[in-house]
This record gives sequence, structure tokens and C-alpha cells, in this order.
Amino acid sequence: MQYAKPKTVAEAARLLKDEAGVTRILAGGTDVLVQMKAGMVEPALVVDIKGLPGIREIVAEAGGYRIGACVAGAELGEHAGLKALWPGVVEGAELIGSTQVQGRCTQAGNLCNASPAADSVPALVAAGAVARVIGPDGVRDVAVSDVPVGPGKTSLKKGEFIASIFVPARPDRASDAYLRFIPRTEMDIAVASAAVSLELDGVGMVTAARVALGAVAPTVRLVEAAGAALVGTRLDEAALDALSAACSAACAPIDDKRGTIEFRTHIAGVLAKRAARIAYTRAGGQA
Amino acid sequence: MSNIHVTTSINGDPVEFVCAPDEPLLDVLRNRLGLTGVKEGCGTGDCGACSVLVDGRLVCSCLVLGVEAEGAEISTVEGMAEAETLHPLQQAFIDHAALQCGVCTPGILVAAKALLAKNPDPTDEEVRFWLAGNLCRCTGYDKIVRAVQDAAAQMRSA
Ligand SMILES: Cc1cc2nc3c(=O)[nH]c(=O)nc-3n(C[C@H](O)[C@H](O)[C@H](O)COP(=O)(O)OP(=O)(O)OC[C@H]3O[C@@H](n4cnc5c(N)ncnc54)[C@H](O)[C@@H]3O)c2cc1C
Ligand code: FES
Ligand code: FES
Repeated sequence: MQYAKPKTVAEAARLLKDEAGVTRILAGGTDVLVQMKAGMVEPALVVDIKGLPGIREIVAEAGGYRIGACVAGAELGEHAGLKALWPGVVEGAELIGSTQVQGRCTQAGNLCNASPAADSVPALVAAGAVARVIGPDGVRDVAVSDVPVGPGKTSLKKGEFIASIFVPARPDRASDAYLRFIPRTEMDIAVASAAVSLELDGVGMVTAARVALGAVAPTVRLVEAAGAALVGTRLDEAALDALSAACSAACAPIDDKRGTIEFRTHIAGVLAKRAARIAYTRAGGQA
Repeated sequence: MSNIHVTTSINGDPVEFVCAPDEPLLDVLRNRLGLTGVKEGCGTGDCGACSVLVDGRLVCSCLVLGVEAEGAEISTVEGMAEAETLHPLQQAFIDHAALQCGVCTPGILVAAKALLAKNPDPTDEEVRFWLAGNLCRCTGYDKIVRAVQDAAAQMRSA
């Protein structure tokens, strides 16, 4: 294995493109090093991108924030501005692993490892976050929802990597929330999860809503019908039931030791309801 | 696979070593530098026995490459005591019998020190959540929480 720590994005893209063998990007390493240890992957080249300019910074941009690809979970939790604007995005990332894992894990790594249960992804999808991808042919912006294409697979091309993730500006009365179900209280993989992002008008009516589910399909799923069920309501019981039904209808989960198809399908709707209530209260709505 | 030369700082002292590019920092600390306070329980980030600070952040040294230590500042349990004087956390662990086999202890001490630096007056729940990534097969955690709280109280009044 070769290790490289490039100082420019051009050099990083070139190294990744020119290597004929298996490559991995090293951000926090909390997936890569575990997979190397287990013999699941034997990279010919590991490119440590933590030395790239700005890659560890959170910068205010156009009323939102641009989060560098190597900002660790713990650093997101310490950023008051980001937490105030997108609390659900931050709580998703903060649920990854232990304090030790938080010291290293990144949202971009979580996204590109492409686990259907990745905890930071549903809230980013609900937020309409956009990844800035750099590659041998230059720069392009890609919706976070279009990055994972299946378990362990992304739409990124050879030589491409994510440099940052942008979460947009939002109106005053708007917020989001993320919830997952795990059998313990800490340190476990989501059996199902839900993220809800809402915007309200002055009287607490929902004017826009986006709902994303995790661990119930091969990739995180944006459920447009679930968001639509909330728009034009004050989150009354009928709206929440419609949300829950739309979520369950969008589930195509697997059966495994962590949860049955039936359980995952049911619980995804329950989590979406609860997350919607939290987001609504955070946005200033009177539940 | 040619070895890489790394210059770093460990517990305040400048250190140089060579290691393989895929060698975990945990193996470098234990096998190349003789810092055997860092323990290997799992090698996959689950147990926390290998906890160290890298540039002030608590991490699992089994999930960091040795080469990533270049230019970093690393702290291990070996740096906690001042000469013969134990750190208040170390003394509290002895006073409260907060260890049995001791394999988890160095990692827990390093993690607890990081917690108290950030939050000098944590609740029991905050201590338990912070230490959720430090597994102990012996004590049942209760004495660990009590020892951390006792040390925290002493450090607040010091
Ligand atoms: C003990 C433990 C507990 C965990 N708990 C959870 C949990 O609760 N929830 C959860 O979702 N995950 C969990 N994980 C998995 C892991 O921590 C997360 O997926 C983490 O976010 C990965 O980020 P990283 O920076 O460490 O990625 P890395 O390991 O550095 O990289 C992961 C993958 O993404 C690619 N990659 C990394 N950065 C980029 C980039 N900028 N552009 C393109 N590709 C990139 C790499 O090539 C690699 O394939 C856990 C892991 C451990 C060890
Ligand atoms: S040895 Fe590193 S977490 Fe277990
Ligand atoms: S004292 Fe034995 S593992 Fe904790």
C-alpha cells in the first residue's frame, strides 16, 4: 500500500486517477481502516485528503454553510451557527459512533461509504444539501441524494472526490430533525431512521416539507409524498397519519437479525411522525 | 511497501519513528515506541482501549495510521502523571477500585480527562454517554462513574 497526502486538489485528483489498482480516500478512516483490518479491501493507494486547503473548515456562504469534507462529527457539534440553522443535520452526524469515532468521522466519508443505514445522510437529503465534487475534469455540484447508488456504491467517477457539502439558507421559521431506532442507547447501527425538514408561515402552517428515510431501502430515500402530506397543515393527527402511511409505503427494506421487513416498515413511519413533531417545535410551531 | 519516516510529538516530547504506510498508530505506539499503556481490545474502533488524544481530540489509535501522526501532538496515558504524582483521575480510580483487570483503564483515563477538560462538572449521564465507546468487561461501570465524579469534584476545588 502507498500512502499520499497531497497539498492541492489537482494533485489529489491526479493521484486517484493515475493509480491503476484499488484506491481509497482517507478522511476519518473509521470505515476504511476497519475494512482494511477485516481484509475487505486491500488498497494499492490511500490518499489522505486532510491536507487540502479549507477541507477542515466550516464557512458561511449565501446564508447557509459550506462544510469541508474532513470536518469531524465532533466539530460539527461545536459549531453554534450550523447547529442553529440545521439542528437535524448536526444531530444525524453526531449519532455516528462513540466520542472517539466522533473525533474522526466525516459526513462525506459516511456518504461515500454508502451504507443504507448511514446516519448523517437522511438529514442532508432532507436539507437538499449539495456535494461539491472535484475530479480530473474539474468541479461539479451534485445533490447529496444522487451520490449513493446502492450499498457500498456511489455515482462518483474514478479520480473524483467530495471537497465540501453545502447546506442552504432557510427562512426564519424553519427547522429539521433526525431520529433513528436502535436496540440500545448508543453505539449501534440504525434499524430504520427518518429525517424531516420543515418551513412554516407566520401562523404555523407548513409551507414546505422534505422527508428522507434511512435503512429501509438500498439507499437513503427521499419520500416526496411524505413531505406533501404535511404541506398546508398545522401537523394535525390526520397529516401525521398521512405522513406515516406515505413513509411506510416507500419502504423496501431487508429482513435481517437487526429487524424484520414488517418492523422496519412500521417503525420508519413512527420515526417520521416523531421527527416531524420535533422539527415543527424547533421551527417555532405550537404543537 | 517502503517504510515512512514520521516526526511527531508524544506527551510533549519530540519523537521520530519509521513505520509501514498501513500500520495503525496503535501498533506504532506499542511495538515501536514501547508505550504499552495503549491497549488493543478489538482493533476496529469498538472498545476504546486504544484511546489517545491527537491534536486535543479523543480518537481510537487503532483507527489512525501511524503516518497520520506527522506533525501532530499525541497524548497517551503515560503522560498523565507528573513524575511520581498521579493525576487526580488515576488516584480516584485506585481509591474507588474502579478497575479489575485494568485493560480498559488507560483508555478510560485518557477519555475521562478529555471529558473533564471540556465539561468540568458533568452529570452521571453525561459521563456514561461520553464513555460509551470505552468497554469494560469487569467493573460494571458504576465505580468508574463514581471515580470520574470524585476526580472532577477534586479538580474543580483545586
Ligand atoms: C465503532 C464504530 C461505530 C460506528 N457507528 C456508526 C453509526 O452509528 N452510524 C453510522 O452511520 N456509521 C457508523 N460508523 C461508520 C463510520 O464511522 C461512518 O461511516 C463515518 O462517517 C465514516 O467517515 P470517515 O471520515 O471515517 O470515512 P473514511 O473511513 O475515511 O472513508 C469512508 C469511505 O468513503 C470514501 N471517502 C471518504 N471521504 C471521501 C470524500 N471526501 N470523497 C469521496 N470519497 C470519500 C473512502 O474512500 C471510503 O470508501 C461507525 C464506525 C465505527 C468504527
Ligand atoms: S482497540 Fe481500538 S477501539 Fe478497540
Ligand atoms: S477492568 Fe477489566 S475491562 Fe475494565
